[in-house]
Amino acid sequence: MSLLNLHLKVWRQTSANAAGRFQDIEAKEIPDHASFLEMMDIVNQRLIEKGEEPIAFDHDCREGICGSCSMVINGRPHGPEKSTTTCQLHMRKFRTGDTIFVEPFRAKSFPVVRDLVVDRGAFDRIQRAGGFVTVRTGSAIDANALPIGKETADAAMDAAECIGCGACVAACKNASAMLFVSAKAGQLNLLPQGKPEKTRRTLGMVRAMDAEGFGNCTNQYECEAACPKEISVDWISKLNRDFIWSAVTEKEVSTGGGGE
Amino acid sequence: MSSVLDSKIPSGPVADKWSKHKRDSKLINPKNKRKYTVIVVGSGLAGSSAAASLSELGYKVKCFCFQDSPRRAHSIAAQGGINGAKNYQNDGDSVHRLFYDTVKGGDFRAREANVHRLAEVSVNIIDQCVAQGVPFAREYGGALANRSFGGAQVSRTFYARGQTGQQLLLGAYSALNKEISGGGVQMYSRCEMVELVIVNGHAKGIITRDLVTGKIEAHAADCVLLCTGGYGNVFYLSTNAMGCNVTSTWRAHKKGAFFANPCYTQIHPTCIPVSGDYQSKLTLMSESLRNDGRVWAPKKQGDNRPPSQIPEDERDYYLERKYPSFGNLAPRDISSRAAKEACDEGRGVGPGGRGVYLDFEESIKQFGQKTIAERYGNLFDMYERITGENAYQQPMRIYPAVHYTMGGLWVDYNLMSNLPGLHVLGEANFSDHGSNRLGASALMQGLADGYFVIPTTIANYLVGEKPGSVTTANPEFAKALEDVSARTKRFLNIKGKRTVESFHRELGLLVWDKCGMARSREGLTEALKKIPELREEFWNNVTVPGSGEALNQELEKAGRVADFLEFAELLCQDALDREESCGGHFRVEHQFEDGEARRNDEKFAYVAAWEYTGDLARPNLHKEELKFEEVHLAVRSYK
Repeated sequence: MSLLNLHLKVWRQTSANAAGRFQDIEAKEIPDHASFLEMMDIVNQRLIEKGEEPIAFDHDCREGICGSCSMVINGRPHGPEKSTTTCQLHMRKFRTGDTIFVEPFRAKSFPVVRDLVVDRGAFDRIQRAGGFVTVRTGSAIDANALPIGKETADAAMDAAECIGCGACVAACKNASAMLFVSAKAGQLNLLPQGKPEKTRRTLGMVRAMDAEGFGNCTNQYECEAACPKEISVDWISKLNRDFIWSAVTEKEVSTGGGGE
Repeated sequence: MSSVLDSKIPSGPVADKWSKHKRDSKLINPKNKRKYTVIVVGSGLAGSSAAASLSELGYKVKCFCFQDSPRRAHSIAAQGGINGAKNYQNDGDSVHRLFYDTVKGGDFRAREANVHRLAEVSVNIIDQCVAQGVPFAREYGGALANRSFGGAQVSRTFYARGQTGQQLLLGAYSALNKEISGGGVQMYSRCEMVELVIVNGHAKGIITRDLVTGKIEAHAADCVLLCTGGYGNVFYLSTNAMGCNVTSTWRAHKKGAFFANPCYTQIHPTCIPVSGDYQSKLTLMSESLRNDGRVWAPKKQGDNRPPSQIPEDERDYYLERKYPSFGNLAPRDISSRAAKEACDEGRGVGPGGRGVYLDFEESIKQFGQKTIAERYGNLFDMYERITGENAYQQPMRIYPAVHYTMGGLWVDYNLMSNLPGLHVLGEANFSDHGSNRLGASALMQGLADGYFVIPTTIANYLVGEKPGSVTTANPEFAKALEDVSARTKRFLNIKGKRTVESFHRELGLLVWDKCGMARSREGLTEALKKIPELREEFWNNVTVPGSGEALNQELEKAGRVADFLEFAELLCQDALDREESCGGHFRVEHQFEDGEARRNDEKFAYVAAWEYTGDLARPNLHKEELKFEEVHLAVRSYK
């Protein structure tokens, strides 16, 4: 194991409405086996011991699945490693003497709460606008009564891997949430269980996304590159198709009594 | 035997108890259900599924989680799978067999009636999750696929790659979202329960702290459900998420709820070993890996050749050797102890000699790397990110780590604690896993409690309560608010020299050392001396920067660590009191000559339910005798 000396430039902001700034911090003797968040822990312990306030950041599972971490490291959400969340990024990927910029995810729809913590409540609200199958507990049929081909199940799982971290939004110059919304809607729109509510779901989620102030998708695909779970932009094309179909058939569905 | 504990287990044969109980349970008509408010604390599998299902029934639900979104509760990190007695594989599985395996797996320290109910509803859970769109693994023909897990000889585990917990939680979260959007559930994120409110002996509300604004608030309800997970982080290093804590259940305990079997803690055999003292958590490598991986240690002590240079006849595949019928799929407690033994003998590998190998060479030869990658690719990737090693080319290094806690608040068959109105679901209660939990059973229990048990049993309590009879205007709420504010101020005013983290780490090392995989009277006695000293130092020398009126993560941690510092004492007291070895509780004084756990059924076939007396050093023990009518008490053997 070797030890690294790093120059950090960390975004500090005391509340949503306060002005923010970069703080220079020397992070000395950081073990290269430590994770990025463990490096942040070490830095925070030293700040507290000096009587300063530690850097606030979101984190929880530290195994890349809860989607809490929300840092932009050297300009990239979750840092330089492909398909890796911040908590899974390890310091052996850095060199002693490196300068590392650490910022929060930046998007109008993700307001900063404090330092590196942002409010991603918009994602919850989008999913409440249709990201579910309306099935009451206890009313399900036998699980094997509805065969679903392996390819379909696998594709649905590809979309379902999304951890809802918001890196896609942070990476996009328009702060578009299309990769997230398309993965969430796409999983259910693809499966037979989700078909009856496809129109309602698609329109509901897309409209909620727009209402939250996320930008439009202009097919630059930074989202896919930043996604720690490698969600494909193909889902965006699928959502666009579903949206057009849904918008065209919306009236028929709602007047025909089939969809509501 | 104490008469305080009435488990309310229905009479009759074990296979009929749940049907009978459903028949006999009280009903509340749909119009009246709307008048009742239910507080659900926690939004993991148990909390989300309970909140959604109760809202569907018409109850008004308020759901709380400390994470920024209910979807981030730690259930999300469960990897391997969920058991369901579907017998889709035609390999002889049945509700009875799942029941039997679970009672035996729990080393005969679980309640038979609860376990049978769990096995019964396991099949409904799979149906429910599929209907929600959970993308379980499937065969080419479209049917669901299964894999095997430890402690079972049938394939009954349903899975979604290595992310089964995530997918099940997202299913429950989608059901929760459906109810939030319908107005039945009011969701409070980044909002932590810091106190339970008791009115006339009944749990009627909670005090919360809004983690963004620091606002301390009172919430009244007709009953309270705690779905707040386990206390594994008392060990500091565990596979739990950083935020997992004992606060809600410990606060309830100090208000009168009995804490049952705290010494039953699960040490998971396949985790990535500790690499240094900066380490903040340990990462699990799913038990499912043991389907295709072989566990071994070098036969020679101090053999530090690279694994590829250790010839076959110098390797000890100790699980296959010691437990030929279950081999690498021996249950968790047994596999963990076996790994510790190998390392204690000086045959451990990797830094510090605390590790054994989990080797896929043979499976890769047999099935090809592609197939292995399809099965476990994400786990191999995760292993490489953390260790910098490629497990397709060299074996993984693994070592046991704290993973799950079988103990929890005592509940009756209705999932209600001894405090009327306080219900406890999922890992937070004690009831279904005995002294050792089998793989793929935690997800099953969380969802069983939330989707299928509580929606039936909650009415048995509520029917006797006038809805809305308690409001936050009740003086008990004002008093609880004052207590919480005073506690917050106290943390901020100590202004000592040591960080919260440093106390947590010290406590964790102590508890792991004295109350971890092997426990002794001597060690536990020592821990019971040191814990109060550490607690005392904490309250005099901790430093919590910042204020109470803003996001303050150190303040959050201080509250949780303060509770761990009290809870740790009860954990060690229970471990000291239980003079036997069973499941995850291994007392070195009680073992067979071959090192296997020696239970003492005559003296200890009971649930130890501890009552808080106001003096942490002297809790009061209540015993609930465990009766085994269906499964005969026997030495648990996997040989």
